[in-house]
Amino acid sequence: MLVQILFYVFSSVLIVSALGVITARNPVHSALSLVLAFFSSAALWLLIEAEFLAIVLVLVYVGAVMVLFLFVVMMLDIKVEQVRQGVSRYAWLGWLTAAVIIAQMLSVFWFRGLGVDATVGVPPSPINHSNTRELGEVLYTQYVYPFELAAVILLVAIVAAITLTLRRRPGLKQQDVAAQVAVRREERVHLVKITPTKRKASPSDEAISS
Amino acid sequence: MITLQHMLSISSVLFALSIAGIFINRKNVILLLMCIELMLLAVNFSFVSFSRFLGNLDGQVFVFFVLTVAAAESAIGLAILVILFRERRSINVEDLDTLKG
Repeated sequence: MLVQILFYVFSSVLIVSALGVITARNPVHSALSLVLAFFSSAALWLLIEAEFLAIVLVLVYVGAVMVLFLFVVMMLDIKVEQVRQGVSRYAWLGWLTAAVIIAQMLSVFWFRGLGVDATVGVPPSPINHSNTRELGEVLYTQYVYPFELAAVILLVAIVAAITLTLRRRPGLKQQDVAAQVAVRREERVHLVKITPTKRKASPSDEAISS
Repeated sequence: MITLQHMLSISSVLFALSIAGIFINRKNVILLLMCIELMLLAVNFSFVSFSRFLGNLDGQVFVFFVLTVAAAESAIGLAILVILFRERRSINVEDLDTLKG
């Protein structure tokens, strides 16, 4: 019963915040509504015992991606009125499409059937059951090559994002690392042969010896 | 008790709302990116619920990969957006007509 109440609370928060994302006038408000949507869907994933993915959703999306979005929104200084003009011309088409999709999907899920029995719940797992351990066991054995490919994708994304936004200002003084590394000893150190000369005795030396 | 029907209904409502968002905010590139994130969330939602209610863990592994690709996609998309704004001083979709024949 408690689970059901929590489900309805979090799913209504999710739907309302998704509505907020698409209707907010200010992009910052949209981004913050999207954060709320991610939080409430993480809570829903916790309810169906996908604990690892719920935590990853909060860490990756709320912690990294949405912060990046907010950073870009605030950095870009967008003129809201200019962006909002001409919005309502196709808005009715969007709402119509959404209504048709929702009606079709709900009719399939609730009246037509999916080919599997979708009306039964799954009993909760035993108390010492670990979703993270279970996921880790398949991720590092059966899916180890896709896992490494995902790491490569992230690396490519890092390199691409940095090279795209790298700005070369004219007249900027910087080090040429390749030239620094490739320098040879002969180019820097110059040995000079100096013939030794005998120093004349100075008056202070005589004072010490006497 | 939560069933597969409930979760899939939430997922489809979320997906439809993000499609409506793409129609409504079709001028603003950053809101389009946010709607794409919402759409990916809806897809992940149905992956997780199928994985839970059919007792197969592969769906959750797939969500893991979708999250990875989505993070990479939004990072590169926002980088492109930043250099776009630096060049054009605008993120309006209608200003991006350089490739028009």
